[in-house]
Amino acid sequence: MSFVTRGFRGRRRLEGPPGRVPPGQYVTTDFPVLSAGPTPRVQLEEWSFTVTDAGGDTLEWTWSEFTSLPTETVTVDIHCVTKWSKLDTTWEGVSLDTLFARVGSPGSHALFHSYGGYTTNLPVEDITGGKAWVAFRYEGEPLASEHGGPARLLVPHLYFWKSAKWVRGVVVSDSDRPGFWESYGYHNYGDPWREQRYAGD
Amino acid sequence: MAGAAVRGRLNWLAAGATQFIDETPRVRSIVLDCHDWPGHLPGQHIDLRLTAEDGYQAQRSYSIAAPAEGDRVIITVELVDDGEVSPFLIEDLRVGDRIEIRGPIGGYFVWEPTRGGPLQLIGGGSGVVPLMAMLRASVRSRSDAPVRYLSSARAYEDLIYRAELETVASEESGVEVVHTLTRNHPPNWTGPTRRVDREMLAEHVWPPAVSPLCYVCGPTGFVESVATTLVELGHSPERVKTERFGPSGGVRR
Amino acid sequence: MTDVRHLDGNVLAGVLHEFFGREMTDQLGCCGHCDAVNALGAAHVYLEAPGHVVRCPNCASVLIVIVQHPDGMRVNYESIRWLQTRS
Repeated sequence: MSFVTRGFRGRRRLEGPPGRVPPGQYVTTDFPVLSAGPTPRVQLEEWSFTVTDAGGDTLEWTWSEFTSLPTETVTVDIHCVTKWSKLDTTWEGVSLDTLFARVGSPGSHALFHSYGGYTTNLPVEDITGGKAWVAFRYEGEPLASEHGGPARLLVPHLYFWKSAKWVRGVVVSDSDRPGFWESYGYHNYGDPWREQRYAGD
Repeated sequence: MAGAAVRGRLNWLAAGATQFIDETPRVRSIVLDCHDWPGHLPGQHIDLRLTAEDGYQAQRSYSIAAPAEGDRVIITVELVDDGEVSPFLIEDLRVGDRIEIRGPIGGYFVWEPTRGGPLQLIGGGSGVVPLMAMLRASVRSRSDAPVRYLSSARAYEDLIYRAELETVASEESGVEVVHTLTRNHPPNWTGPTRRVDREMLAEHVWPPAVSPLCYVCGPTGFVESVATTLVELGHSPERVKTERFGPSGGVRR
Repeated sequence: MTDVRHLDGNVLAGVLHEFFGREMTDQLGCCGHCDAVNALGAAHVYLEAPGHVVRCPNCASVLIVIVQHPDGMRVNYESIRWLQTRS
Protein backbone atom coordinates (compact mmCIF):
# COMPACT_ATOMS: atom_id res chain seq x y z
CA MET A 1 0.00 0.00 0.00
CA SER A 2 1.59 3.25 -1.16
CA PHE A 3 2.02 6.11 1.28
CA VAL A 4 2.62 9.81 0.91
CA THR A 5 6.25 10.89 1.09
CA ARG A 6 6.60 13.71 3.59
CA GLY A 7 7.63 16.91 1.88
CA PHE A 8 7.57 15.68 -1.73
CA ARG A 9 5.69 17.90 -4.13
CA GLY A 10 6.81 16.78 -7.58
CA ARG A 11 7.38 18.94 -10.59
CA ARG A 12 4.61 21.42 -11.12
CA ARG A 13 3.64 21.36 -14.76
CA LEU A 14 2.38 24.25 -16.83
CA GLU A 15 -1.15 23.71 -18.04
CA GLY A 16 -1.09 26.37 -20.71
CA PRO A 17 -3.72 28.78 -22.00
CA PRO A 18 -7.26 27.35 -21.92
CA GLY A 19 -8.37 25.79 -25.18
CA ARG A 20 -4.86 25.51 -26.57
CA VAL A 21 -3.81 22.34 -24.84
CA PRO A 22 -5.58 19.00 -25.33
CA PRO A 23 -6.68 16.95 -22.31
CA GLY A 24 -3.92 15.29 -20.30
CA GLN A 25 -1.13 17.37 -21.80
CA TYR A 26 1.28 19.84 -20.20
CA VAL A 27 3.22 22.61 -21.88
CA THR A 28 6.97 22.41 -22.35
CA THR A 29 9.33 25.11 -23.52
CA ASP A 30 12.10 22.75 -24.55
CA PHE A 31 11.88 20.25 -27.41
CA PRO A 32 12.25 16.70 -26.08
CA VAL A 33 13.93 14.24 -28.40
CA LEU A 34 12.13 10.94 -28.57
CA SER A 35 13.41 8.15 -30.74
CA ALA A 36 12.67 4.52 -31.41
CA GLY A 37 16.06 3.86 -32.87
CA PRO A 38 19.43 5.23 -33.98
CA THR A 39 19.46 8.58 -35.77
CA PRO A 40 19.78 7.90 -39.48
CA ARG A 41 22.56 9.89 -41.12
CA VAL A 42 21.33 10.70 -44.61
CA GLN A 43 23.57 12.50 -47.07
CA LEU A 44 21.64 15.12 -49.01
CA GLU A 45 23.08 13.82 -52.30
CA GLU A 46 21.45 10.46 -51.55
CA TRP A 47 18.16 11.77 -50.11
CA SER A 48 14.96 11.42 -52.07
CA PHE A 49 11.23 11.56 -51.42
CA THR A 50 8.91 9.21 -53.30
CA VAL A 51 5.15 9.19 -53.66
CA THR A 52 3.72 5.86 -54.78
CA ASP A 53 0.09 6.17 -55.74
CA ALA A 54 -2.73 3.65 -55.53
CA GLY A 55 -2.03 2.58 -59.10
CA GLY A 56 1.62 1.87 -58.32
CA ASP A 57 3.02 4.85 -60.22
CA THR A 58 5.79 6.81 -58.52
CA LEU A 59 6.91 10.40 -58.36
CA GLU A 60 10.34 11.11 -56.94
CA TRP A 61 12.24 14.24 -55.96
CA THR A 62 15.92 14.63 -55.15
CA TRP A 63 16.91 17.06 -52.41
CA SER A 64 17.59 19.94 -54.80
CA GLU A 65 14.34 19.28 -56.68
CA PHE A 66 12.39 19.02 -53.45
CA THR A 67 13.72 22.20 -51.93
CA SER A 68 12.96 24.06 -55.16
CA LEU A 69 9.26 23.31 -54.80
CA PRO A 70 7.01 26.06 -53.40
CA THR A 71 7.12 26.01 -49.62
CA GLU A 72 4.95 27.30 -46.81
CA THR A 73 5.92 28.57 -43.41
CA VAL A 74 3.48 27.64 -40.67
CA THR A 75 3.30 28.20 -36.92
CA VAL A 76 1.53 25.38 -35.14
CA ASP A 77 1.14 23.68 -31.78
CA ILE A 78 2.42 20.12 -31.49
CA HIS A 79 1.24 17.44 -29.08
CA CYS A 80 3.20 14.33 -28.15
CA VAL A 81 1.44 11.26 -26.82
CA THR A 82 3.96 11.21 -23.94
CA LYS A 83 2.01 14.23 -22.68
CA TRP A 84 4.07 17.23 -23.59
CA SER A 85 2.76 19.94 -25.88
CA LYS A 86 4.83 22.68 -27.45
CA LEU A 87 3.05 25.82 -28.59
CA ASP A 88 3.80 28.11 -31.52
CA THR A 89 6.44 26.12 -33.32
CA THR A 90 7.43 27.41 -36.73
CA TRP A 91 8.22 25.14 -39.65
CA GLU A 92 8.94 25.55 -43.33
CA GLY A 93 8.15 22.77 -45.76
CA VAL A 94 6.36 21.54 -48.82
CA SER A 95 2.65 20.94 -48.45
CA LEU A 96 1.41 17.42 -49.16
CA ASP A 97 -1.14 19.12 -51.45
CA THR A 98 1.78 20.25 -53.64
CA LEU A 99 3.26 16.75 -53.65
CA PHE A 100 -0.07 15.11 -54.45
CA ALA A 101 -1.00 17.60 -57.20
CA ARG A 102 0.25 15.28 -59.93
CA VAL A 103 -0.77 12.03 -58.29
CA GLY A 104 -3.04 10.01 -60.57
CA SER A 105 -4.79 7.70 -58.13
CA PRO A 106 -4.91 9.36 -54.69
CA GLY A 107 -6.33 6.42 -52.77
CA SER A 108 -7.82 6.71 -49.29
CA HIS A 109 -4.95 5.67 -46.99
CA ALA A 110 -1.32 6.65 -46.76
CA LEU A 111 1.63 4.86 -45.19
CA PHE A 112 4.73 6.99 -44.68
CA HIS A 113 8.19 5.41 -44.63
CA SER A 114 11.31 6.79 -43.03
CA TYR A 115 15.03 6.20 -43.25
CA GLY A 116 15.74 3.76 -40.42
CA GLY A 117 12.53 1.81 -40.95
CA TYR A 118 9.90 3.80 -39.08
CA THR A 119 6.39 3.90 -40.53
CA THR A 120 3.11 5.60 -39.70
CA ASN A 121 -0.32 5.49 -41.33
CA LEU A 122 -2.86 8.25 -41.94
CA PRO A 123 -6.08 8.72 -43.93
CA VAL A 124 -5.39 10.73 -47.10
CA GLU A 125 -7.99 13.28 -46.05
CA ASP A 126 -5.88 14.03 -42.96
CA ILE A 127 -2.82 14.93 -44.98
CA THR A 128 -4.48 17.01 -47.69
CA GLY A 129 -6.41 20.27 -47.61
CA GLY A 130 -3.63 22.19 -45.91
CA LYS A 131 -3.17 19.79 -42.99
CA ALA A 132 0.29 18.32 -43.60
CA TRP A 133 3.77 19.21 -44.82
CA VAL A 134 7.14 17.63 -45.37
CA ALA A 135 9.17 20.09 -43.33
CA PHE A 136 12.89 20.74 -43.59
CA ARG A 137 13.33 23.93 -41.60
CA TYR A 138 12.45 24.51 -37.96
CA GLU A 139 12.51 27.97 -36.35
CA GLY A 140 14.31 29.34 -39.40
CA GLU A 141 17.16 26.82 -39.37
CA PRO A 142 17.71 23.56 -41.23
CA LEU A 143 15.97 20.78 -39.34
CA ALA A 144 18.45 19.04 -37.00
CA SER A 145 18.88 15.30 -37.48
CA GLU A 146 17.81 14.56 -33.89
CA HIS A 147 14.47 16.20 -34.69
CA GLY A 148 14.02 14.38 -37.97
CA GLY A 149 16.24 16.20 -40.45
CA PRO A 150 16.87 16.38 -43.39
CA ALA A 151 13.04 16.33 -43.56
CA ARG A 152 10.15 15.08 -41.51
CA LEU A 153 6.42 14.83 -41.90
CA LEU A 154 4.44 17.46 -40.02
CA VAL A 155 0.79 16.71 -39.18
CA PRO A 156 0.06 18.94 -36.19
CA HIS A 157 -3.61 18.07 -35.72
CA LEU A 158 -2.72 14.52 -34.66
CA TYR A 159 -0.35 13.19 -31.98
CA PHE A 160 3.21 13.86 -32.99
CA TRP A 161 4.18 10.22 -33.51
CA LYS A 162 2.31 10.60 -36.81
CA SER A 163 4.78 13.32 -37.85
CA ALA A 164 7.36 10.81 -38.98
CA LYS A 165 10.99 11.87 -38.67
CA TRP A 166 13.50 11.18 -41.46
CA VAL A 167 10.67 10.70 -43.92
CA ARG A 168 11.59 9.24 -47.31
CA GLY A 169 8.28 8.52 -49.00
CA VAL A 170 4.61 7.68 -48.87
CA VAL A 171 2.59 4.85 -50.35
CA VAL A 172 -1.09 5.53 -50.94
CA SER A 173 -3.62 2.77 -51.38
CA ASP A 174 -7.19 1.89 -50.68
CA SER A 175 -6.37 -0.21 -47.63
CA ASP A 176 -5.19 0.89 -44.24
CA ARG A 177 -2.08 -0.73 -42.78
CA PRO A 178 -0.89 0.15 -39.28
CA GLY A 179 2.52 1.72 -38.92
CA PHE A 180 5.13 1.24 -36.18
CA TRP A 181 3.45 2.53 -33.02
CA GLU A 182 -0.02 1.72 -34.33
CA SER A 183 0.93 -1.95 -34.58
CA TYR A 184 2.27 -1.95 -31.01
CA GLY A 185 -0.94 -0.80 -29.38
CA TYR A 186 -1.18 2.90 -30.02
CA HIS A 187 -4.33 4.36 -31.52
CA ASN A 188 -4.76 4.00 -35.27
CA TYR A 189 -5.89 7.61 -35.72
CA GLY A 190 -4.49 9.60 -32.78
CA ASP A 191 -6.63 12.72 -32.25
CA PRO A 192 -5.22 14.53 -29.20
CA TRP A 193 -8.48 16.41 -28.63
CA ARG A 194 -10.33 13.13 -28.12
CA GLU A 195 -7.30 11.78 -26.24
CA GLN A 196 -6.88 8.84 -28.61
CA ARG A 197 -3.56 7.59 -27.30
CA TYR A 198 -4.00 3.81 -27.20
CA ALA A 199 -5.94 1.36 -29.35
CA GLY A 200 -9.43 1.17 -27.93
CA ASP A 201 -9.47 4.73 -26.59
CA MET B 1 21.38 -15.41 -1.24
CA ALA B 2 22.25 -15.10 -4.92
CA GLY B 3 19.17 -17.10 -5.85
CA ALA B 4 16.94 -14.92 -3.73
CA ALA B 5 18.37 -11.83 -5.36
CA VAL B 6 17.25 -12.63 -8.91
CA ARG B 7 13.95 -14.42 -8.46
CA GLY B 8 10.78 -13.48 -6.63
CA ARG B 9 8.23 -10.75 -6.91
CA LEU B 10 9.20 -7.13 -6.98
CA ASN B 11 7.17 -5.61 -4.17
CA TRP B 12 7.33 -2.06 -2.94
CA LEU B 13 8.78 -1.92 0.54
CA ALA B 14 9.01 0.93 3.02
CA ALA B 15 12.54 2.09 3.80
CA GLY B 16 13.59 4.61 6.44
CA ALA B 17 16.43 7.06 5.95
CA THR B 18 18.86 6.58 8.80
CA GLN B 19 22.00 8.47 7.78
CA PHE B 20 23.32 10.88 5.18
CA ILE B 21 26.88 11.16 3.93
CA ASP B 22 27.89 14.17 1.88
CA GLU B 23 30.28 12.68 -0.65
CA THR B 24 30.86 15.83 -2.74
CA PRO B 25 29.16 19.24 -3.06
CA ARG B 26 26.55 17.69 -5.40
CA VAL B 27 26.47 14.09 -4.28
CA ARG B 28 24.98 12.55 -1.17
CA SER B 29 24.80 8.95 -0.01
CA ILE B 30 21.66 7.89 1.77
CA VAL B 31 21.62 4.93 4.14
CA LEU B 32 18.23 3.26 4.10
CA ASP B 33 16.91 0.69 6.52
CA CYS B 34 14.47 -1.66 4.83
CA HIS B 35 12.72 -4.31 6.91
CA ASP B 36 12.87 -7.75 5.29
CA TRP B 37 15.28 -6.63 2.59
CA PRO B 38 16.08 -9.84 0.64
CA GLY B 39 19.70 -8.93 0.01
CA HIS B 40 21.38 -7.96 -3.24
CA LEU B 41 24.43 -8.46 -5.41
CA PRO B 42 27.01 -5.74 -6.21
CA GLY B 43 25.88 -3.88 -9.32
CA GLN B 44 22.14 -4.24 -8.76
CA HIS B 45 19.88 -1.27 -8.30
CA ILE B 46 16.62 -0.29 -6.65
CA ASP B 47 13.61 1.55 -7.93
CA LEU B 48 12.59 4.35 -5.63
CA ARG B 49 9.13 5.92 -5.59
CA LEU B 50 7.91 9.17 -4.09
CA THR B 51 4.23 10.08 -3.70
CA ALA B 52 2.94 13.63 -3.34
CA GLU B 53 -0.18 14.46 -1.33
CA ASP B 54 -2.29 14.75 -4.47
CA GLY B 55 -1.31 11.22 -5.47
CA TYR B 56 1.27 12.25 -8.08
CA GLN B 57 4.14 9.75 -8.15
CA ALA B 58 7.69 9.94 -9.41
CA GLN B 59 9.92 6.92 -9.79
CA ARG B 60 13.67 6.61 -10.44
CA SER B 61 16.33 3.91 -10.35
CA TYR B 62 19.44 4.15 -8.18
CA SER B 63 22.42 1.79 -8.05
CA ILE B 64 23.15 0.30 -4.66
CA ALA B 65 26.53 1.56 -3.44
CA ALA B 66 27.56 -1.15 -0.98
CA PRO B 67 27.27 -4.92 -0.69
CA ALA B 68 24.37 -6.48 1.18
CA GLU B 69 24.34 -6.24 4.94
CA GLY B 70 21.08 -7.21 6.59
CA ASP B 71 18.36 -4.57 6.14
CA ARG B 72 20.74 -1.84 5.03
CA VAL B 73 20.59 -0.38 1.50
CA ILE B 74 22.90 2.48 0.60
CA ILE B 75 22.35 4.61 -2.50
CA THR B 76 24.44 7.51 -3.75
CA VAL B 77 22.49 10.30 -5.44
CA GLU B 78 23.84 13.06 -7.67
CA LEU B 79 21.97 16.35 -7.83
CA VAL B 80 20.43 16.81 -11.27
CA ASP B 81 19.90 20.46 -12.20
CA ASP B 82 16.21 21.10 -12.57
CA GLY B 83 15.58 17.52 -11.49
CA GLU B 84 12.42 16.33 -9.85
CA VAL B 85 13.60 13.60 -7.48
CA SER B 86 17.27 14.20 -6.74
CA PRO B 87 16.77 17.71 -5.27
CA PHE B 88 14.21 16.22 -2.90
CA LEU B 89 16.50 13.35 -1.85
CA ILE B 90 19.48 15.62 -1.35
CA GLU B 91 17.90 18.76 0.08
CA ASP B 92 14.61 17.78 1.70
CA LEU B 93 14.76 14.17 2.89
CA ARG B 94 15.38 13.90 6.65
CA VAL B 95 16.53 11.15 8.95
CA GLY B 96 13.46 9.15 9.94
CA ASP B 97 11.54 9.85 6.71
CA ARG B 98 10.15 6.82 4.87
CA ILE B 99 10.23 6.26 1.13
CA GLU B 100 9.24 3.30 -1.04
CA ILE B 101 11.81 1.12 -2.74
CA ARG B 102 11.71 -2.15 -4.59
CA GLY B 103 14.43 -4.52 -5.63
CA PRO B 104 17.04 -5.70 -5.97
CA ILE B 105 16.89 -5.32 -9.73
CA GLY B 106 19.31 -6.40 -12.43
CA GLY B 107 21.21 -9.56 -13.20
CA TYR B 108 23.44 -8.52 -16.04
CA PHE B 109 25.61 -5.74 -14.67
CA VAL B 110 26.55 -7.72 -11.59
CA TRP B 111 29.82 -8.93 -10.08
CA GLU B 112 30.32 -11.11 -7.07
CA PRO B 113 33.61 -12.40 -5.67
CA THR B 114 32.86 -15.95 -6.85
CA ARG B 115 33.18 -14.74 -10.44
CA GLY B 116 36.85 -14.02 -9.91
CA GLY B 117 38.93 -11.58 -11.92
CA PRO B 118 41.08 -9.72 -12.52
CA LEU B 119 38.38 -7.09 -12.08
CA GLN B 120 38.46 -3.83 -14.05
CA LEU B 121 36.10 -1.04 -13.01
CA ILE B 122 35.78 2.12 -15.13
CA GLY B 123 33.35 4.84 -14.11
CA GLY B 124 32.47 8.34 -15.28
CA GLY B 125 30.91 10.76 -12.82
CA SER B 126 28.21 9.05 -10.77
CA GLY B 127 28.75 5.90 -12.83
CA VAL B 128 31.15 4.87 -10.08
CA VAL B 129 28.29 3.99 -7.71
CA PRO B 130 27.63 0.36 -8.77
CA LEU B 131 31.38 -0.10 -9.26
CA MET B 132 31.97 0.94 -5.66
CA ALA B 133 29.59 -1.78 -4.52
CA MET B 134 31.73 -4.25 -6.43
CA LEU B 135 34.96 -2.90 -5.01
CA ARG B 136 33.59 -2.87 -1.46
CA ALA B 137 32.40 -6.45 -1.93
CA SER B 138 35.83 -7.51 -3.12
CA VAL B 139 37.56 -5.95 -0.12
CA ARG B 140 35.02 -7.23 2.39
CA SER B 141 35.20 -10.78 1.11
CA ARG B 142 39.00 -10.65 0.98
CA SER B 143 38.72 -11.81 -2.59
CA ASP B 144 41.86 -12.96 -4.37
CA ALA B 145 40.82 -11.20 -7.54
CA PRO B 146 42.97 -8.10 -8.06
CA VAL B 147 41.04 -4.94 -8.86
CA ARG B 148 41.84 -1.87 -10.93
CA TYR B 149 39.52 1.10 -10.56
CA LEU B 150 39.66 3.98 -13.07
CA SER B 151 37.36 6.94 -12.64
CA SER B 152 36.80 10.20 -14.46
CA ALA B 153 35.54 13.35 -12.76
CA ARG B 154 35.59 17.01 -13.58
CA ALA B 155 37.51 18.17 -10.53
CA TYR B 156 39.13 16.86 -7.34
CA GLU B 157 36.16 17.85 -5.19
CA ASP B 158 33.86 15.85 -7.50
CA LEU B 159 35.59 12.54 -6.81
CA ILE B 160 32.97 10.40 -5.11
CA TYR B 161 34.32 8.11 -2.31
CA ARG B 162 37.75 9.68 -2.74
CA ALA B 163 38.98 9.29 0.84
CA GLU B 164 37.82 5.67 1.13
CA LEU B 165 39.43 4.81 -2.20
CA GLU B 166 42.72 6.34 -1.07
CA THR B 167 42.64 4.23 2.07
CA VAL B 168 41.71 1.04 0.24
CA ALA B 169 44.41 1.54 -2.39
CA SER B 170 47.07 2.08 0.23
CA GLU B 171 45.97 -0.77 2.51
CA GLU B 172 44.98 -3.44 0.00
CA SER B 173 47.78 -4.78 -2.16
CA GLY B 174 45.31 -6.10 -4.71
CA VAL B 175 43.58 -2.79 -5.39
CA GLU B 176 44.86 -0.01 -7.67
CA VAL B 177 43.00 3.27 -8.07
CA VAL B 178 43.50 5.89 -10.79
CA HIS B 179 41.45 9.05 -11.18
CA THR B 180 41.53 11.41 -14.12
CA LEU B 181 40.34 15.00 -13.69
CA THR B 182 39.00 16.48 -16.89
CA ARG B 183 38.33 20.14 -16.14
CA ASN B 184 40.60 21.33 -13.41
CA HIS B 185 42.99 19.86 -10.88
CA PRO B 186 44.85 20.93 -7.74
CA PRO B 187 48.45 22.15 -8.17
CA ASN B 188 50.03 19.04 -6.65
CA TRP B 189 47.93 16.59 -8.69
CA THR B 190 50.02 13.83 -10.23
CA GLY B 191 47.28 11.85 -11.96
CA PRO B 192 45.97 12.22 -15.52
CA THR B 193 44.17 15.42 -16.48
CA ARG B 194 42.17 14.65 -19.59
CA ARG B 195 39.18 12.60 -20.73
CA VAL B 196 39.63 8.86 -20.75
CA ASP B 197 41.17 7.95 -24.10
CA ARG B 198 42.80 4.98 -25.78
CA GLU B 199 46.24 5.78 -24.42
CA MET B 200 44.93 6.00 -20.86
CA LEU B 201 43.05 2.73 -21.19
CA ALA B 202 46.08 1.00 -22.68
CA GLU B 203 48.17 2.22 -19.79
CA HIS B 204 45.90 1.65 -16.80
CA VAL B 205 43.50 -1.16 -17.68
CA TRP B 206 44.40 -4.84 -17.19
CA PRO B 207 45.78 -6.11 -20.51
CA PRO B 208 43.54 -8.38 -22.58
CA ALA B 209 46.03 -11.22 -22.05
CA VAL B 210 44.87 -11.63 -18.43
CA SER B 211 41.23 -11.70 -19.54
CA PRO B 212 39.77 -9.27 -17.01
CA LEU B 213 36.08 -8.82 -16.26
CA CYS B 214 35.40 -5.19 -17.20
CA TYR B 215 32.51 -3.10 -15.91
CA VAL B 216 31.98 0.33 -17.45
CA CYS B 217 29.36 2.72 -16.10
CA GLY B 218 28.50 6.38 -16.53
CA PRO B 219 26.99 8.79 -19.02
CA THR B 220 26.11 7.28 -22.38
CA GLY B 221 28.85 9.02 -24.37
CA PHE B 222 31.53 8.01 -21.85
CA VAL B 223 30.46 4.38 -21.80
CA GLU B 224 30.18 4.19 -25.57
CA SER B 225 33.68 5.55 -26.08
CA VAL B 226 35.33 3.44 -23.36
CA ALA B 227 33.63 0.17 -24.29
CA THR B 228 34.43 0.58 -27.98
CA THR B 229 38.07 1.31 -27.20
CA LEU B 230 38.40 -1.66 -24.86
CA VAL B 231 37.25 -3.97 -27.65
CA GLU B 232 39.63 -2.26 -30.08
CA LEU B 233 42.45 -2.90 -27.62
CA GLY B 234 41.66 -6.58 -27.75
CA HIS B 235 39.24 -7.19 -24.87
CA SER B 236 36.58 -9.76 -25.61
CA PRO B 237 33.12 -8.10 -25.88
CA GLU B 238 31.55 -10.74 -23.59
CA ARG B 239 33.93 -9.63 -20.83
CA VAL B 240 33.02 -5.95 -21.15
CA LYS B 241 29.74 -5.13 -19.45
CA THR B 242 28.21 -1.70 -19.68
CA GLU B 243 25.61 0.32 -17.85
CA ARG B 244 24.79 3.60 -19.54
CA PHE B 245 23.15 6.24 -17.40
CA GLY B 246 20.56 8.17 -19.37
CA PRO B 247 19.93 11.83 -18.72
CA SER B 248 17.22 11.29 -16.17
CA GLY B 249 17.65 8.18 -14.07
CA GLY B 250 16.06 5.46 -16.16
CA VAL B 251 12.46 4.47 -16.77
CA ARG B 252 9.97 7.17 -15.81
CA ARG B 253 6.51 6.37 -14.57
CA MET C 1 26.52 5.66 -38.24
CA THR C 2 27.30 6.24 -34.58
CA ASP C 3 24.54 6.95 -32.16
CA VAL C 4 24.93 7.53 -28.48
CA ARG C 5 21.31 7.89 -27.58
CA HIS C 6 20.54 4.30 -26.62
CA LEU C 7 20.87 2.79 -23.15
CA ASP C 8 21.60 -0.79 -22.13
CA GLY C 9 19.05 -3.50 -21.49
CA ASN C 10 19.68 -3.30 -17.77
CA VAL C 11 17.68 -0.04 -17.68
CA LEU C 12 14.62 -2.21 -18.34
CA ALA C 13 15.48 -4.76 -15.68
CA GLY C 14 12.69 -3.57 -13.38
CA VAL C 15 10.07 -3.42 -16.12
CA LEU C 16 10.98 -6.86 -17.46
CA HIS C 17 11.03 -8.33 -13.96
CA GLU C 18 7.53 -6.94 -13.39
CA PHE C 19 6.24 -8.55 -16.56
CA PHE C 20 8.03 -11.89 -16.54
CA GLY C 21 8.09 -12.37 -12.77
CA ARG C 22 11.81 -12.94 -12.68
CA GLU C 23 15.06 -11.22 -13.51
CA MET C 24 15.44 -11.15 -17.30
CA THR C 25 18.51 -9.11 -18.19
CA ASP C 26 20.91 -11.97 -17.68
CA GLN C 27 18.80 -14.17 -19.96
CA LEU C 28 20.03 -14.78 -23.49
CA GLY C 29 18.06 -13.74 -26.55
CA CYS C 30 18.53 -14.66 -30.20
CA CYS C 31 17.90 -11.96 -32.78
CA GLY C 32 15.37 -13.02 -35.41
CA HIS C 33 17.14 -10.97 -38.05
CA CYS C 34 20.86 -11.70 -37.69
CA ASP C 35 20.86 -14.67 -35.24
CA ALA C 36 23.24 -12.89 -32.84
CA VAL C 37 22.91 -14.15 -29.27
CA ASN C 38 23.32 -11.67 -26.42
CA ALA C 39 22.14 -11.20 -22.87
CA LEU C 40 19.08 -8.95 -22.80
CA GLY C 41 21.09 -6.67 -20.56
CA ALA C 42 23.34 -5.93 -23.53
CA ALA C 43 20.53 -4.97 -25.87
CA HIS C 44 20.24 -1.39 -27.06
CA VAL C 45 17.27 0.31 -25.45
CA TYR C 46 15.56 3.44 -26.73
CA LEU C 47 13.69 4.64 -23.72
CA GLU C 48 12.52 8.13 -24.53
CA ALA C 49 9.69 7.20 -26.86
CA PRO C 50 6.01 6.33 -26.66
CA GLY C 51 7.24 2.86 -25.76
CA HIS C 52 10.51 1.18 -24.89
CA VAL C 53 12.21 -0.17 -28.00
CA VAL C 54 14.73 -2.97 -27.49
CA ARG C 55 17.11 -3.52 -30.40
CA CYS C 56 19.72 -6.11 -31.25
CA PRO C 57 23.18 -4.85 -30.28
CA ASN C 58 24.58 -6.42 -33.43
CA CYS C 59 22.24 -5.35 -36.23
CA ALA C 60 19.89 -2.84 -34.54
CA SER C 61 16.75 -4.76 -35.55
CA VAL C 62 13.82 -4.34 -33.22
CA LEU C 63 13.63 -7.31 -30.83
CA ILE C 64 10.75 -6.29 -28.59
CA VAL C 65 8.69 -3.15 -27.95
CA ILE C 66 7.18 -2.54 -24.53
CA VAL C 67 4.15 -0.29 -24.27
CA GLN C 68 2.55 0.73 -20.98
CA HIS C 69 -1.17 0.75 -21.71
CA PRO C 70 -3.52 2.15 -19.08
CA ASP C 71 -4.87 -1.34 -18.49
CA GLY C 72 -1.60 -3.25 -18.56
CA MET C 73 1.85 -3.61 -19.98
CA ARG C 74 2.18 -5.11 -23.45
CA VAL C 75 5.39 -6.74 -24.59
CA ASN C 76 5.32 -6.85 -28.39
CA TYR C 77 7.56 -9.51 -29.89
CA GLU C 78 8.92 -8.19 -33.16
CA SER C 79 12.04 -10.05 -34.21
CA ILE C 80 13.25 -12.26 -31.42
CA ARG C 81 13.77 -15.90 -32.23
CA TRP C 82 14.19 -17.27 -28.72
CA LEU C 83 14.91 -16.47 -25.10
CA GLN C 84 16.88 -18.77 -22.86
CA THR C 85 17.38 -18.79 -19.13
CA ARG C 86 20.75 -19.14 -17.54
CA SER C 87 20.60 -21.46 -14.60
